[in-house]
Amino acid sequence: MADAIEVRDLVKRYDDLTAVDGISFSVPAGSVFSFLGPNGAGKTTTVEILEGLRRRSSGEVQVLGLDPWTDGRALHARVGVIPQEFRFFEKITPGEAVAYYRALFRSRVDASELLARVELLDKKDARYDQLSGGQKQKLGLALALSNDPEICFLDEPTTGLDPHARRAIWHVIRSLKAAGRTVFLTTHYLEEAELLSDRVAIIHHGRIIAVGTPSEIIAAHGQKTRLELEAPPALADYLSKALGGGVRAEAGRVIVELGDPHDALRVLTAAEASGLPWTSFATERDTLEDVFVRLVGRMDDGALKAEGPA
Amino acid sequence: MNGRRIGADIRVVARGYYRNPAALFFSLIFPLILIGLFGLIFSSTGSGAVTVYVLNEDHHAASTQFLSALNNTTIVKVQVVTDPSVTPASFAGWLGQNGDPVGLVIPADFSQNVSNATPVDVTVFSNPQDASAGGEALFAVAGVANQFNLALAHGSPVIEVPPAKGVGSTIYTYIDYLIPGLIGFSILTSPMFSMVDVTSSYRKEGLFRQLSLTPLTRGEWLTSRILWYVLLTFAAAAIVLAVGRGGFGAHETVGVGLLPFLVAGPFFFVSLGMLAGAAAPTPESAAVIGNIITFPMMFLSGTFFPVSQFPGGLQEFAHILPLYYVIDGMNQVMLFHNTARAATDLAIVVVAGAVVFLLAIRLFRWRDE
Repeated sequence: MADAIEVRDLVKRYDDLTAVDGISFSVPAGSVFSFLGPNGAGKTTTVEILEGLRRRSSGEVQVLGLDPWTDGRALHARVGVIPQEFRFFEKITPGEAVAYYRALFRSRVDASELLARVELLDKKDARYDQLSGGQKQKLGLALALSNDPEICFLDEPTTGLDPHARRAIWHVIRSLKAAGRTVFLTTHYLEEAELLSDRVAIIHHGRIIAVGTPSEIIAAHGQKTRLELEAPPALADYLSKALGGGVRAEAGRVIVELGDPHDALRVLTAAEASGLPWTSFATERDTLEDVFVRLVGRMDDGALKAEGPA
Repeated sequence: MNGRRIGADIRVVARGYYRNPAALFFSLIFPLILIGLFGLIFSSTGSGAVTVYVLNEDHHAASTQFLSALNNTTIVKVQVVTDPSVTPASFAGWLGQNGDPVGLVIPADFSQNVSNATPVDVTVFSNPQDASAGGEALFAVAGVANQFNLALAHGSPVIEVPPAKGVGSTIYTYIDYLIPGLIGFSILTSPMFSMVDVTSSYRKEGLFRQLSLTPLTRGEWLTSRILWYVLLTFAAAAIVLAVGRGGFGAHETVGVGLLPFLVAGPFFFVSLGMLAGAAAPTPESAAVIGNIITFPMMFLSGTFFPVSQFPGGLQEFAHILPLYYVIDGMNQVMLFHNTARAATDLAIVVVAGAVVFLLAIRLFRWRDE
């Protein structure tokens, strides 16, 4: 598959700050790519450079084969964008806003169909300044889709939204992927990225610290899958001897690291053979969030919000 | 420049305006209020007469005739003081206590001296701070005294001065000068107050970035605003002209010559508003910059008073204000029919407008570096 976005050694410096410090990645056409990172990691700077809203200091960027800064006008006809904190004219209604964009882009998208797609048709005639945060964001999404874009850039599209609005936006992202469109998403909701993305890049202090599918990142940076039994610590000693290491006791539980998921059977057989009482078991696997927290490590508590689907 | 995109943008602007009653009021109703206000202040008949308080010590036929003649000039209105405690010696003090009106003393021997053809003084009192009222009273008293002197000498006037005429072939009133001024006021204020604010707040809220993601260009955006304000200016001019001519008997003639000014004026000021708003770092400072530009122009370009009445230095200053040429040009086409001067005024506004338009769209970036 051809790459919709190609970035090589991208650098963006502000006066005395390097916001993006030599990153490279590519996004295959038709896939959903998520940029994850704490606030201030360089996500928005990168996405704005890709959108042609910001000039890069150095490096190479191609979006649909175009240079976003010098070929901005040609690019904007083919991409859709929801900027972070999307805002629009206060007195306009969603119906009028979509009609305006249709005329500007000379697009043939059906306005009612588009508003229905983002679940905003019932607010077609409400003024923008009377819409809720989620409804405003849905309008932003409708406008981003009004030119039937090949790539959709969504910069933290669900930040601060209620679970219902968030799901509506997820639904649209999935439908875009189903229609073969490329989606570039930035988010600091880990589960959102894990749920929607084909590939994920974790960016921190302007550098990409992990990239791949969520499973690849977990496999590369996460702990091994674990089997946890509710049992007395004595079982840990027994299993340690029987299985040869990778066993620890912790707060009424015995935790066994599994090299391979099939090892679970061996552990359970050994536990049963021990004659010690154990009541329940579960397998635990690192989530993307666990990996993210471990990788990003030192970041502020407030920067990470791991709200999942409701 | 793409007409379809400009048309789509004008629809958005128009609806925003329509849904913002304050802006519409300011553009269309405010000039109407001003013309009503100034029209009533300056055009009502009779209010121009200066009241003269007369202390008449004489009470005979000649003084009564003199006062009657004075009243008939219509320049002054005679009000005889009836308070017996007021004497010629205390008259100046009495006038002072009553808010310094103009006063006149007819001495006790007036009629007797007139019949004997003996020189006699009638004395006018006035506050030097109110030179125009005092001057008018003195002028009226001297005129009546001259008539009496001429009659006593059995002479007849040689040189006659009919009532003064206005410049040109028509007698112009204050309202005639006010109408182009008020149209100019509208051309200046409705784009300036709104464009400065819109430009700076759109930038702060990222709306220009949002628009930069569409095919709309800065030139198209500015052009659609200019066209919208041209429409508003047409409406404001129609209202001011209709009320001025219908309500206050103004003498303006309306022809196609007016149209270029109703287009070039908004062209200049919409561009200037965008430039000022774009140059300001915050919406708050934009308002200050907008006011610094707008207020001197509002008062010193001949909006409410003809520039020719200004002191010399201020007249020179008025001549560097673009609004002066808009208003002067409209005066030339609607009152004086001086096409050559109107064409020069128009050329100045168009050239200045083109410079500001280009600066506004070149200096102002929608995207960040």
